[in-house]
Amino acid sequence: MAGGTFRARARKALENPRLRRAVRVTMNNFMSARRAAMAELAQLAREGLALGDFAAMRERARAIKQHTLDHLDHYLARAATAIGERGGHVHFAAGAHEVGEIVREIARRRGVTLAVKSKSMATEEVHLNRALQADGIEVVETDLGEYIIQLAGETPSHIVGPAIHKTREEIAQLFGRVVGRELSTDTPTLTGVARQVLREKFVRAGMGISGANFVVAETGTLCIVTNEGNGRLVTSAPPVHVAVVGIEKLVPTLADLYVFLGLLARSSTGQKISVYTHMITGPRRPGEADGPEELHVIFLDAGRSDILGTEYQEVLHCIRCGACLNHCPVYRQTGGHAYGAVYSGPVGTVLTPLLGEFRDWKDLPAEACSLCAACWEACPVGIPLHDLILKHRQKTAREGLDQSGLGGPLRLGAAAWTKPWAYRLSVRVGRLALRWFAREEEGGRRWAVKAPGPLRAWTEGRDLPAPPEKSFRELWAEHLRERGQRA
Amino acid sequence: MALFITCLGDLFFPRAGMAVVKLLEHLGVEVTFPEGQTCCGQPQWNSGYPEAAAALARHFLDVFDGADYIVSPSGSCASMVQHYYPEIFRDDPARLDRTRQISGRIYEFTQFLVEVLGVEDLGARYPARATYHQSCHMTRLLGVEEPPLRLLRNVRDLELVPLEHPELCCGFGGTFSVKSPEVSVAMADEKLDDVTRTGADLLVGADPSCLLHLAGRAHRRRLPLKIMHVAEVLAEGVGL
Repeated sequence: MAGGTFRARARKALENPRLRRAVRVTMNNFMSARRAAMAELAQLAREGLALGDFAAMRERARAIKQHTLDHLDHYLARAATAIGERGGHVHFAAGAHEVGEIVREIARRRGVTLAVKSKSMATEEVHLNRALQADGIEVVETDLGEYIIQLAGETPSHIVGPAIHKTREEIAQLFGRVVGRELSTDTPTLTGVARQVLREKFVRAGMGISGANFVVAETGTLCIVTNEGNGRLVTSAPPVHVAVVGIEKLVPTLADLYVFLGLLARSSTGQKISVYTHMITGPRRPGEADGPEELHVIFLDAGRSDILGTEYQEVLHCIRCGACLNHCPVYRQTGGHAYGAVYSGPVGTVLTPLLGEFRDWKDLPAEACSLCAACWEACPVGIPLHDLILKHRQKTAREGLDQSGLGGPLRLGAAAWTKPWAYRLSVRVGRLALRWFAREEEGGRRWAVKAPGPLRAWTEGRDLPAPPEKSFRELWAEHLRERGQRA
Repeated sequence: MALFITCLGDLFFPRAGMAVVKLLEHLGVEVTFPEGQTCCGQPQWNSGYPEAAAALARHFLDVFDGADYIVSPSGSCASMVQHYYPEIFRDDPARLDRTRQISGRIYEFTQFLVEVLGVEDLGARYPARATYHQSCHMTRLLGVEEPPLRLLRNVRDLELVPLEHPELCCGFGGTFSVKSPEVSVAMADEKLDDVTRTGADLLVGADPSCLLHLAGRAHRRRLPLKIMHVAEVLAEGVGL
């Protein structure tokens, strides 16, 4: 697990104005682009040109996902057969170790010394680069954002935009180190450098490694959605292509794929569809001009099958669009690294404790969410992320892992407040105490600037008003008397 | 109509509660206040203590049994009853049935005015430049977004200016505000900065919890901002 706690990492992020500005600007862009895309989708639906508006599409997508996950064995077998029939090789990996072994074995057999990668959260999850580098294989990320964070020695801070936390100046510095000269910060210069360096890698690479956004079970087709041309080069230029795919990425048919493609880019970046939608069915066939000689698909479990059939199953609907991150007010303040794991934001808050040791990650659901439900609203496959976070909190409490110190008071409060007299007594005591701690101010209003006990954290950044002189109950009693007199 | 004042409303926002009472009586509604009421159990539920929340939910059902309508000045507490009580009583058929009956009868205050009473214009006058903070549970869980805005738009001399990001959480989030105080405060700051940018001198909301949090942060920052519950604006605007 990552060092420290969410709270400590969040605090560090909050002290970084550059990071916060960068994250906020990108989130604003994503949010407004999505809003426009959704309005347009609704218009298309009215004209009969789309499968439905967002709500209707989301319902369809959700139903497809649920059906696929309920019959995952069947669809995995179907996909494996289809991939095999078209000349691909299928592997099943239980976890990070197995993925590393499978890819290293292929690399050894083919004498690979350089591998190029397109963006893939699954390979981030299993730390594949580290495994290959241990064998002396050079691994180069070719997605611009991934390349940037690889140079910086960091992990992605966003599912879709791994380097959104980086400013132009930081990127110019990183690229400047690669080419050994000082660079200006304009876009053509920076992308030009990346292109120049990476093209040479594409030509020399013995292996291309990708993920897949979807795998169509019926045809064994890998669907890879990107906005940069690198994905096409990774999967077609080197002689070997290896795709690492979470088992939950399956969809039954090409028609189902259409539903998801209509939702993915719109939810993510507000595009109707992304710049490249790449469909790969099998390796190069005789007589074809390009494509790899060998295609391997590694289906990754890594804790996913443990989620099947549990109350958390819906998190496996996730299509990694990042919409929940883009709309999360906590992510917006802290960026992705505060979450300390590969997956950040609301989906990371749900997924990370499930894929790792729950005990190590329980502070994410406890502290990284205000339960505003914006993630659920934005989610194109309708995952009730806020409710799954609640389930994590219940588990934390149930297993005695809640260290907030609030469990006792909350339980005690509930027991007392089922008795109206105890409620009234505690409110009276609370009122007196708060009025005692609140110092007098001009204008007659009193505020506590330093409260005791569990309220101390409140007054770290906020004042707490003293309760007004009379509670509602007292005002109500007076009102009743007046009403009686009037009647 | 039975008023559900909520614990925060009772303690911190008694005037908003009385504004609700006066407005409803002004509209000819008979208001009762079931004295046994305490709290809806949301703090327990949201912190992961469903059994404790269930105890309070059972109490709530007993107290409000038989009420024709239940109206609350808190969108969040109303959403707790409507949205989560069915889950709390999932395995308790008798109470689940009572919950379903109550769910159809609990309303947030502005929702009750607009959707049940059909009132959108109270003839109120309140001179101010105001902006409205949209609270999360009220909009996303209870599904109430328009009613407070319609009521406020019909207040004479009230210039209602939109927030840049009305949908962003203010950062209260119940125990989140003390478990993650730094992030919570940062969220309040963004909200308050957005409010300041609108040039509004009045911030209106429909949830005591958000208002408590934002008022507390605004006071710490010494922002010259007036913060009111929507019922207070309407009641004062009508002269009640």
